[in-house]
Amino acid sequence: MAALFDLKNVAKSFVKGKEKITIFEDLNMEIEEGDFVAIMGPSGSGKTTLLNMLGGVDQPTGGEVWFDGARIDKLSEGQLAKWRANNVGFIFQFYNLMPMLNAARNVELPLLLTRLGSKQRTKNVMTALKLVELEDRAKHMPNEMSGGQQQRVAIARAIVSDPKLLLCDEPTGDLDRATADEILKTLQLLNTEFNKTIVMVTHDPAAAKYAKRTLHLDKGEFVEAEQAA
Amino acid sequence: MTAVWHYISLIFRLLIRIVTAPVWLPFWIVWWLFEKTGINRLIVKVAMALGLYLVFKNLTRKPLRLFLTMFATFVAFLIYGTLSTFESAIDAGVELSADDRLIVVNKINFTQPLPISYVNRVKGLENLTDVTHLNWFGGYYQDPQNFMAMFAVDEDTFLTVYNEIVLTPEERQDWLGSRQGLIAGKSIADQYGWKVGDRIPINSNIFSKADGSTSWEFDVVGIYTGTDAQTDTSSVYFHYDYFNETQSFGRDFIGFIGVRTVDPAMNEGVIKAIDDLFANTPYETETVPEKVFNQAFIEQIGNLSLILGSVVFAAFFIILVIVGNSMVLAIRERTGEIGVLKTLGFKSTRIFFMILAESLLLAIFSGALGLLATSLAVVAVNQAPIQLPVLVLTPAIIIEALVIMIGLGLVTGILPAVNALRLNIIAALSRQ
Repeated sequence: MAALFDLKNVAKSFVKGKEKITIFEDLNMEIEEGDFVAIMGPSGSGKTTLLNMLGGVDQPTGGEVWFDGARIDKLSEGQLAKWRANNVGFIFQFYNLMPMLNAARNVELPLLLTRLGSKQRTKNVMTALKLVELEDRAKHMPNEMSGGQQQRVAIARAIVSDPKLLLCDEPTGDLDRATADEILKTLQLLNTEFNKTIVMVTHDPAAAKYAKRTLHLDKGEFVEAEQAA
Repeated sequence: MTAVWHYISLIFRLLIRIVTAPVWLPFWIVWWLFEKTGINRLIVKVAMALGLYLVFKNLTRKPLRLFLTMFATFVAFLIYGTLSTFESAIDAGVELSADDRLIVVNKINFTQPLPISYVNRVKGLENLTDVTHLNWFGGYYQDPQNFMAMFAVDEDTFLTVYNEIVLTPEERQDWLGSRQGLIAGKSIADQYGWKVGDRIPINSNIFSKADGSTSWEFDVVGIYTGTDAQTDTSSVYFHYDYFNETQSFGRDFIGFIGVRTVDPAMNEGVIKAIDDLFANTPYETETVPEKVFNQAFIEQIGNLSLILGSVVFAAFFIILVIVGNSMVLAIRERTGEIGVLKTLGFKSTRIFFMILAESLLLAIFSGALGLLATSLAVVAVNQAPIQLPVLVLTPAIIIEALVIMIGLGLVTGILPAVNALRLNIIAALSRQ
């Protein structure tokens, strides 16, 4: 498999007051296309920062980030926005659906950035909703749906433009065990059946079991599971 | 006890709804009509086609806030529209003044008379086409409160010098042939219900007849309109001869002389010729272009433009603060959502323009409703039996209002739009 992501000597630090806080000093990692990676670690270990850098919403202060053979850490804000729209689907812990839009319109959001016509957009939206088994809830508003259903709508939104990469930030953190399992099975399906590369940050070892491999992050470095524990 | 409070609360809420009905009912009716006719679905389709769907949904997400903000803007533009049409109507007296028309008054001031013999002496000067004379009558109909602008005029020359007055050929004929004939403007005739053929008594609060009475009888022979929609049609004219022969004092004196020159370029020479002609006489004259005369007359009321401008400015300043504050709050509440949109790939500039479009749409839609209400108010005022100048919502006022709407939309939207433009995704998402 070809490396979809390649992080080379990545550093990330910021200044808070007079203090320089270093999150990563020399982080290296590769993610193959079609991989399903769970990233675990204690709070403050840099999981979310890493996810943000992979998603192009945060940039490293040193090193290189390569995606599909192209370097993305030097892209401008506008170029990164376009790159995200074309390549990345995001799934958040608290779903982050637009409260004034129904499920279908929420799913349609990424397609508004494409040149697809209205009919094609509707078709794609319904396909995505069908995949998460919510086609009958298309006209429902977010506040009319359960947490699990909202997260499935968020998954539909993440996959509707058919990105290679799905980034999930604690996707089951706000859900009960049974619903969390349903969501994780859906992610697993997307990985195995549709070859989506998934990077998932989680605190939940049960959730991590759905991934093909788990990386443990501690103090800005990848460590063995035992060390992290 | 709980049931009693429940019913008291119910009655109280009902009373509030009834009292505030004039405010919410029109908006509710418009909303209901939109729902019933499917216009709201059409709006969504148009918004989708224009890429404004998110803007539309954001605007309408909090109906109460939208209604209050729109209502405040609507009122501001209603005030602006109404005062501007009023100001325009007042200014029309100046704007519509003929450039080639001069007014000759007593040099002391325009309330002092001039001898009627001056008219013929003015006629003898060069570069004039027509000369007429007018005298303020101080007329009122039935009650001194029904005061009107009424003049005794030279019937033969009056309609030539004041050719903006429009009468039918039959009315002109009757005007010239009837000694007690009177022509009234359409607005005042409508106000008092006068029709051609009526015989009406009109009193003067200045003059009296030889028999001691202050009441004159007139035959309404014509109802005039104007060549322009804003031509004043609230005045009344009658024959000077009838007035002169019946009055008890001040015979053979007139209020002022109206003169038309062959060309406005000749005005200066004619003015000098007239005033020189009567220099060092007991009744020296001051001749001015009609525009200047009317302007000076209006300025006696006060600086109307400044007064009206101040009211409009105050209204818009308050609206600017209200709408601006509302927009800033609305966008701040959406910080997390803006972060999500940016994460999904929406460019910062696109979000900047979406927010600006939101404030622009709000200002333009509410302003347009305000202007629509103004046009209805103008029709109502023009139909009402009250003496007001003819109000017209002119294209100039509409264009000016549009410019203000765009300005208001830009000013109220720019700060939240810039904030959204600069918003960092990580900061936005962590603020949720």
